[in-house]
Amino acid sequence: MSTPAPSTPGPRHLVVVGGGMVAHRLVEALVDRGGVADGGWQVTVLAEEPRAPYDRVALTSYFSGRDPQDLALGDPALWDTPGVQLRRGEQVTEVDRQARLVRTAGGREHRYDALVLATGSAPFVPPVEGKDLPGCFVYRTIDDVAALRQYVTEVDTRRQEDGSHRPVTGAVVGGGLLGLEAAGALTALGVQTHVVEFAPRLMPLQVDEGGGEALQRLVGALGVQVHAGTATAKLTAGRDGRVARMHAAEGSAAGLTHLDVDVVVFAAGVRPRDELARACELPVGPRGGVAVDPTCRTEDPAVWAIGEVAAVEGRTYGLVAPGYTMAEIVADQLLGGAAEFPGADLSTKLKLLGVDVASFGDAFGTSPGALSVVYGDPVAGVYKKLVLSDDARTLLGGILVGDAGAYAGLRPLVGRELGGDPAAWLLPEGAEGGPASAELPDDAAVCSCNNVTAGSIRDAVRCDGCTDLGAVKACTKAGTSCGSCLPLVKKLVTTELAAAGVTVSSALCEHFDVSRAQLFDVVRVTGITSFSELVDRHGRGRGCDICKPVVASILASLDSGHVLDGERATLQDTNDHVMANIQKDGTYSVVPRIPGGEVTPEGLIAIGEVARDFGLYTKITGGQRIDLFGARMELLPAIWERLVAAGFESGHAYGKSLRTVKSCVGSTWCRYGVQDSVALAIALELRYRGLRSPHKIKLGVSGCARECAEARGKDVGVIATDNGWNLYVGGNGGFTPRHAKLLAEDLDTETLVRTIDRFLVYYVRTADRLQRTAPWLEEIEGGLEHVRAVVLDDSLGIAADLDAAMADHVEGYTDEWRATLEDPEKLRRFASFVNAPDSPDPSLSYVVERGQPRPSTAAERTAGEATGAVLVAGPRLEVFSR
Amino acid sequence: MTATLPPETQHSETTAPTGWTAVCRYADLQPERGVAALVGDQQVAVFRLFDGALHAVGHRDPVSGAHVIARGIVGTRGDAPTVASPMYKQVFDLRTGVCLDAPDDPTVRLPVHPVQLRDGWVEIGTGAVAP
Repeated sequence: MSTPAPSTPGPRHLVVVGGGMVAHRLVEALVDRGGVADGGWQVTVLAEEPRAPYDRVALTSYFSGRDPQDLALGDPALWDTPGVQLRRGEQVTEVDRQARLVRTAGGREHRYDALVLATGSAPFVPPVEGKDLPGCFVYRTIDDVAALRQYVTEVDTRRQEDGSHRPVTGAVVGGGLLGLEAAGALTALGVQTHVVEFAPRLMPLQVDEGGGEALQRLVGALGVQVHAGTATAKLTAGRDGRVARMHAAEGSAAGLTHLDVDVVVFAAGVRPRDELARACELPVGPRGGVAVDPTCRTEDPAVWAIGEVAAVEGRTYGLVAPGYTMAEIVADQLLGGAAEFPGADLSTKLKLLGVDVASFGDAFGTSPGALSVVYGDPVAGVYKKLVLSDDARTLLGGILVGDAGAYAGLRPLVGRELGGDPAAWLLPEGAEGGPASAELPDDAAVCSCNNVTAGSIRDAVRCDGCTDLGAVKACTKAGTSCGSCLPLVKKLVTTELAAAGVTVSSALCEHFDVSRAQLFDVVRVTGITSFSELVDRHGRGRGCDICKPVVASILASLDSGHVLDGERATLQDTNDHVMANIQKDGTYSVVPRIPGGEVTPEGLIAIGEVARDFGLYTKITGGQRIDLFGARMELLPAIWERLVAAGFESGHAYGKSLRTVKSCVGSTWCRYGVQDSVALAIALELRYRGLRSPHKIKLGVSGCARECAEARGKDVGVIATDNGWNLYVGGNGGFTPRHAKLLAEDLDTETLVRTIDRFLVYYVRTADRLQRTAPWLEEIEGGLEHVRAVVLDDSLGIAADLDAAMADHVEGYTDEWRATLEDPEKLRRFASFVNAPDSPDPSLSYVVERGQPRPSTAAERTAGEATGAVLVAGPRLEVFSR
Repeated sequence: MTATLPPETQHSETTAPTGWTAVCRYADLQPERGVAALVGDQQVAVFRLFDGALHAVGHRDPVSGAHVIARGIVGTRGDAPTVASPMYKQVFDLRTGVCLDAPDDPTVRLPVHPVQLRDGWVEIGTGAVAP
């Protein structure tokens, strides 16, 4: 079939109706193939939503604190491509096939040579009484999700204000994939969540009875109440006119009659938005959807349909992967190709409410003679089933609930011989590996979202010179949508690199061939205590500014000697060496520790007097303490003598170590606080002070869910609940901000502290140099789940060791500044000049700004020298006023 | 304050020092940790290496303009003994003052000072500076 001839001279015009993920993929494919502008297509995308296409699959993550921007798809520069126009908030109301144009709600007309309908689908709301009451929501767009979030917050705030403190309760209608997503979102908002499913089990389309049972148990353990076999009869409002009660139909399972709820989310499936096609008399499928042939073309040769709105030979698909395939097919045809829809891989792997669920191939064993191998562990909450051909050799499909680790390895093998004992794939230890990925045939699809085969991944390494996972992802798009195949992609890349003789270097620097984590183990196992011995036996040369501080940090982690002892002093960066933070003019800043941000008036006065007497610039830090700038090296001991006398100690602002534990005021003063966050913050700060680590560590403790301490922006964040503490890990500010992820809920204080102990020591031991907790969690094998298993379930059997290491740290802590002041030998290093120990650096000069000193700029110094106005700082700082 | 040398002097050949200034006892120097010394109006960074060798270079970091070089971490790059500026971490060859991260950029070079050991004292040569 040929592409339509232009109706008018000039570039051909493609109009895409709908601005979702599939529309995005279509435009991306056209641009990538050079099909836009320069004699190619002029593309106009008409998006109903007021934003660029976003990752709808990851919508739920919006609840766990991500910004809408985090849901962005691909490279935003796509929409700046010449010849591509994205019109947001423009709804198409009519297609005029005769005139080949579409009309929008705003009365605008867009002429087309080719039209692609990518309008997606709309949530299906069952026609029950009360479905439109305030408090009833659907779950499809960012706006839906934002409205739901706002409503829940409002209800919660009202409860807090009227003092009832009754938790917000919600019901999700529908226990399928979308319903569990919505339940996850509600749970993340702290809502007590019920799931009401008409079918006798959860996810009836993806898992069988055994899988459904395992899923219900796992979800139930997370506090979500599942009511399977239950139909919704009607919804009624309370006195305030908002939804208040869901009534179950007669004969519902377990005799449920009603649920009292504050919010209802309909997630009972979707319906294709085929109304435009119906209105312009294009045929639709038997169950809705725009009827198209395997090339995705409607009976009008100028009109295609792709994604959820398309009924390919009568069948619609509610997953993104088939939609992407359709987008690629249409892109191919628009550029003169003849691609056809090959049928869809309906494999799914999801993490719903933290529970792994995967379903692939012939999951229900409907093929003639199909055999099943089932492994179930109700205690661990795991259900796994493989469906095999009648000779038990060829894999046909499977279901994995509770542990889907084997999914990435198994799915590409559908239709192929498994080799060996199929049961090996199902046992917990077999889950990660299975047969080596090296055996995967080149045509096996590894990434089903983007249809990337094992062969293309190997080619990316062999031919395109990709040498790491990131490069392969960028080059092939593998693993860039749902990410479930990434473990397998990584394995393929590593195997291929090894085969090509490329060794992936994890060397620290030219002096050590090993990574920081490996070096840590070397030092721990050998008991080496000096850099010289270590570099002699396990390295070369005399080190550098990369490896020396690393070794200093490792030595500090393994025994608690003073950072300035002996040779160790030579390993330290100047900040650690003089225990202050170097500033641009070579002077330092001084930060006394103020645990939890709690400080007495006397303490504040003491700090103020030190700042005044030494002429220091004073600023409050983001970590709830006070930074004193402009301290010359030779004055640091005198400054600290005063601070120590006033009861302060080193704040370690200079170290790769614990910085602060930020807290809100908590239940002692705050009318909303539910726990004493300040007391916990102080206890944690005193416990972890001085802990040396691969990078700085920050903690936060909030006394209630309002989260005023911004704990989820910290490496370790603690948020009070009515029943204890929720523990979050891996939050970072800085260059790549990350919100912390939930590690454990409702911990008592003792368990909380023990869990943080283990988390921190495990991080200190295994992270790379200058790797903060967020990237560490992303890169460590097994990710957050692995770390959770190590610190909570002792999966590696090292918990006792981690506990002992932290106990040693707590036991061995001494204040570095107090120890330094007591040791004349250590004080010698603060001399400004070896032959004039108290002379200030003559090049320093300052000006006064807003009543405080700051370093003069080069221009000011030049002007000052000319006029003689700039005063060099003397032993007691002098400044000049402008 | 270190005088900013005009470009022609920065590239001149080393000339013999016209005098020596003792700045400290050799035994006072910790191997691989520098000290700053005031020699006239010059700030000089003095280093004793692991093998006992002495080096003296300008204390002023040409990148930041701050006088901090003596506080850098001492090490090696290949065979070259080095110091890394504590401010922005440029690495300098202690023998030549050349910045190994920008060997062709004459504006980020440290001046090299003559240094000798006499009667247990470390002495810095005055009146001559090598590029």
